[in-house]
Amino acid sequence: MTTEEIFKLLEPIIKTYLPKDVPASEINRESDLTRELNINSAHLVDIILDIEDVFNIEFKNDDMEKLRNVNDAISLIQQKISV
Amino acid sequence: MKNRVVITGLGVVAPNGVGIPQFSEAIKKGISGIRFFPQLRDLNFSCHLGAAPIISEEKKREYLTDLQLRNFNSSGILYGIIAGMDALRDAKLERAKGSETPLWELGIIFGSGTSGIEKFREAIYKIDDNNVKRLGSSSVAQTMTSGCSAYLSGLIGAGNWVTANSSACATGAEALLMGYEHIANGKATYMLCGSTSDSGPYIWGGFDAIKVTTYKHNNSPGLVAGPMSATASGFVPGSGAGAYLLESLESAQKRGAKIYAEILGGAINNGGQRNGGSMTAPNSTAIQKCIEGALKNSQVEASEIDYINGHLTATLKDPDEIENWSKALDRRGDEFPYINSLKGMVGHCLAACGSIEIVSAVLQLYEGFIFPNINCEELHPKIASLISAEKISTKLHKTPLDTIAKASFGFGDVNACVIFKKI
Repeated sequence: MTTEEIFKLLEPIIKTYLPKDVPASEINRESDLTRELNINSAHLVDIILDIEDVFNIEFKNDDMEKLRNVNDAISLIQQKISV
Repeated sequence: MKNRVVITGLGVVAPNGVGIPQFSEAIKKGISGIRFFPQLRDLNFSCHLGAAPIISEEKKREYLTDLQLRNFNSSGILYGIIAGMDALRDAKLERAKGSETPLWELGIIFGSGTSGIEKFREAIYKIDDNNVKRLGSSSVAQTMTSGCSAYLSGLIGAGNWVTANSSACATGAEALLMGYEHIANGKATYMLCGSTSDSGPYIWGGFDAIKVTTYKHNNSPGLVAGPMSATASGFVPGSGAGAYLLESLESAQKRGAKIYAEILGGAINNGGQRNGGSMTAPNSTAIQKCIEGALKNSQVEASEIDYINGHLTATLKDPDEIENWSKALDRRGDEFPYINSLKGMVGHCLAACGSIEIVSAVLQLYEGFIFPNINCEELHPKIASLISAEKISTKLHKTPLDTIAKASFGFGDVNACVIFKKI
């Protein structure tokens, strides 16, 4: 899967958790999920669960610590898929 | 000197009406919200009837965002949010503006028995399946007792005391009296109070097991023997929420708010599960003391009470309750005030019963009517020997009311009584 293909699947997942005042157009590869997109940190666990479902992979506790922006998510997903 | 406290907003999510206009019309017409629930029959319940509010998907989206409704499975919290937000709007109060400063003068006391029991069931299955990490982010918020007050606080931006009380059937009256004291003591200007109860078999099951629900009317949900009737054989389990916006009289007058009623005072006590009282049955002496205490705290004479909104569940305890009121007020026969019970129309809404019934009582006081005590064509003989049958109207009765009493009695031998006055 290319990073572009992963991003296409990831974008709608992230969009679900955006606060009302943040438009989906703000989502890019460098977006920090909590600081820039203003996603409630409690929702990071929901994003992980949705990613697990969509990509059929499983995250470990320390994977979560690495997740800050969209690029982090893409590289984590790539690692998991290639295993 | 204590502040005087009034009610300036009401909200209700009842089995026979969602929102004040629909509920007000339903109680005047004696419309029952009791329905047949095939699920209860299929689960081998003795009572196949229940009473639950009907909420459309569109209605949910008026109050909560798609994100908030994602994996949302707590009927009680939903009912409480709708009732609470409606009460705030009815009082013409605004949510906190912007994202910075909460409303320091507005608090919330919204009680429940359990919270999010369906969500809790979901969580238990996942945990037992070694899948705790799949619970998601809102499992705690939806299952904590303070879930409803926490959701409401976030929606409104409440910055004063935000908590949840729990005292079985007395929860709604207790929440009101806690909010009343807080404003009376000058610690807040507004308190949004109320109570809520989940729907469905997991909350109703325990009551079915102890045989306090009726199994005699499974084929006739519209004709369940009502409270105080000779044939009353137990209650129908219900659910919903009621809410009231309490405010200092000074503030309400200053902003020209609609005032439904003044809360004169009340009392809360416990029978200590002594002298006939138990986990499930009341100590009659305690009930009488509670009513007498409420009158004393409100500086009202027993003779001034025009109307009683009873707890009256359509069980064997109804005649005892009438006797307790009669003794506490020292009034009987023709001298007894009007009395009725909403449970004939909405079933026993458990932790929400007090709040939904308080909303019905305050509406009657404000508009001057007594709703029909439905399905009580033949009065229980012991009740008929204590008070005049004319005091229990089975039809809508329009009459001005000035001072009224509402009491709730619950498991754990808890009692609460509140006195309201027209203003």
